[in-house]
Amino acid sequence: MATAAALAACAVQPPAAKPPALGTAVSAEEVARWDISIPPSGAGLPRGGGTARQGLQVYEQKCLACHGAKGAGKPADPLAGGVGSLASKTPLRTVGSYWPYATTLFDYVRRAMPIANPLSLSDDEVYAVSAYVLFLNGIVGEDAQMNAQTLPQVKMPNRDGFVDMSRR
Amino acid sequence: MNRIDRTKRTLMGRSVSEPNGTIGRRTFLARSAGIAGAAVAGVAASAGLAPGANAQGLAGHPWERVYGAAFAGYGQPSRFELPVVRHFLRPYGDLAPGSGAALTPIESLEGIITPSSLHNVRNHSGTPDIDPKQHQLLLHGLVARPLTFSMESLWRYPMTTRTYFIECAGNSLRNLAPKPLQLPAGAIHGNISCSEWTGVPLRMLLEEAGLQPQAKWLLAEGADSAHMSRSIPLDKALDDTMIALYQNGERLRPEQGYPVRLLLPGWEGNTSVKWLRSLKATEGPTHTKDETSKYTDPLPDGRALQFTFEMGVKSVITRPSSTMTLPRPGFYEISGIAWSGAGRIRRVEVSTDGGANWVEAALTGAERAKCLVRFRLPWEWTGQAVVLLSRATDEKGHVQPPRKEWIAQYAPDARFHNNSIVSWAVNADGSVKNVYI
Repeated sequence: MATAAALAACAVQPPAAKPPALGTAVSAEEVARWDISIPPSGAGLPRGGGTARQGLQVYEQKCLACHGAKGAGKPADPLAGGVGSLASKTPLRTVGSYWPYATTLFDYVRRAMPIANPLSLSDDEVYAVSAYVLFLNGIVGEDAQMNAQTLPQVKMPNRDGFVDMSRR
Repeated sequence: MNRIDRTKRTLMGRSVSEPNGTIGRRTFLARSAGIAGAAVAGVAASAGLAPGANAQGLAGHPWERVYGAAFAGYGQPSRFELPVVRHFLRPYGDLAPGSGAALTPIESLEGIITPSSLHNVRNHSGTPDIDPKQHQLLLHGLVARPLTFSMESLWRYPMTTRTYFIECAGNSLRNLAPKPLQLPAGAIHGNISCSEWTGVPLRMLLEEAGLQPQAKWLLAEGADSAHMSRSIPLDKALDDTMIALYQNGERLRPEQGYPVRLLLPGWEGNTSVKWLRSLKATEGPTHTKDETSKYTDPLPDGRALQFTFEMGVKSVITRPSSTMTLPRPGFYEISGIAWSGAGRIRRVEVSTDGGANWVEAALTGAERAKCLVRFRLPWEWTGQAVVLLSRATDEKGHVQPPRKEWIAQYAPDARFHNNSIVSWAVNADGSVKNVYI
């Protein structure tokens, strides 16, 4: 049974406002123009392809100045080497020795590289230079074509090297 | 270098002729001489009053005798504080001048809030210059209604205000160097700051888009040229994650993600994606470059921990700290900061004898979770050589570990989540050095 005072107190409260719905609907086509992420499944990998042999030319023009000949590094991070070194006293963590998924290479190179000109490489170029980096690490052959079908199937040496702490 | 920049900012566009904004005594007198100067001398003599009988004999400084600076639209610190600037860490040098970090000079600061201009900055490709009228936040993937939000619409949502620290997972990696670096505290441990953040709970926007049942993760992506991206578990996104729009009362600084960033309280700073342009609901994590090749914690056996999001309990004595000198034995207040990604700080203990004895410090701000706490302890320095340590405990019972214990858990090249105890040696000559014990 509410007293007059309690009723008066209730009347002072404004009715709870629903949160506004100010987002604008966006079409799948428009989303596709913005979505550049590539998960391990390879979903979203574009058409096209490239081999390590083709990738060497891309690498020499666009990558070598920072990542060094054959991905040795300096001044930027090394890209090749260190496979099997992770449990040693001098681990070397590179794309080949440490990265769990080859698809991350496509995702990252396309969105961020070269550092001064990201999103400038064509899809074929990204496939080719990814193939080249994998080739430097002994993971794919020089003429193996990387594309939407083959890239997700590449088994990286450190695929099982991570412990997922997100469900701790 | 920064010293010159700050001088320029003070000078440019303010039409002042003196660094502190005064019009200059000589200028002022010259301007007023014609009006009043001659008249004053004339009045004194003609009225039979002793000339020069003014306040010249009294004490005072020159700045008290001249009219002060005009108003500035956006205030700056005193020119005498110009040396208080961030410490830069640029692993790729001039090749990538905006990649690396600018660390907060914690050794020079007090209180809890970090001044916005000194907030630590961790960037992967410099700070982008974003026009808020064009920037949009896309919310897509496993949602019922893919949506895009303009900044104008985001600024209209109900907001919350919370004070949180943001710490880079790589903070204090410099203290893993083989020999202790003799640098100011901020140059080693300054990849941490604390601000008051105001923004929209992310939950609100996710409910508007409608999450599909298979959605378990969100991929957050920024509009910097690196398009830095991280996968975030959905339960964190729905918990206390904020779409932050304001920092310390004003809109976010560009270095801190203007016009909109993610804010994941207590989690490694990399997950609080700046210049947020996209949130994609996914089934699993995307395993981006920054959650595989980086921000993973390598173990001695060759495996590595992934998704160790939460920042550990930690404290650092900021005063006195390395590179400082205590002028003489006597009273000093030991002051420092403590924090935990798990929640509130329960206690901070300080040792002034290398860890033999510990005393609880007084805390300010301990009621706030995932926020900096200021601790203080009065200390009488006898003039002998001692080692100062601080050790924090959080509300979950986590205790800040000794350095050796932390190192033993990880591979030799481990760099992330170093929350181990920091020790400063005070020598008999008063010099304070960084030491490993």
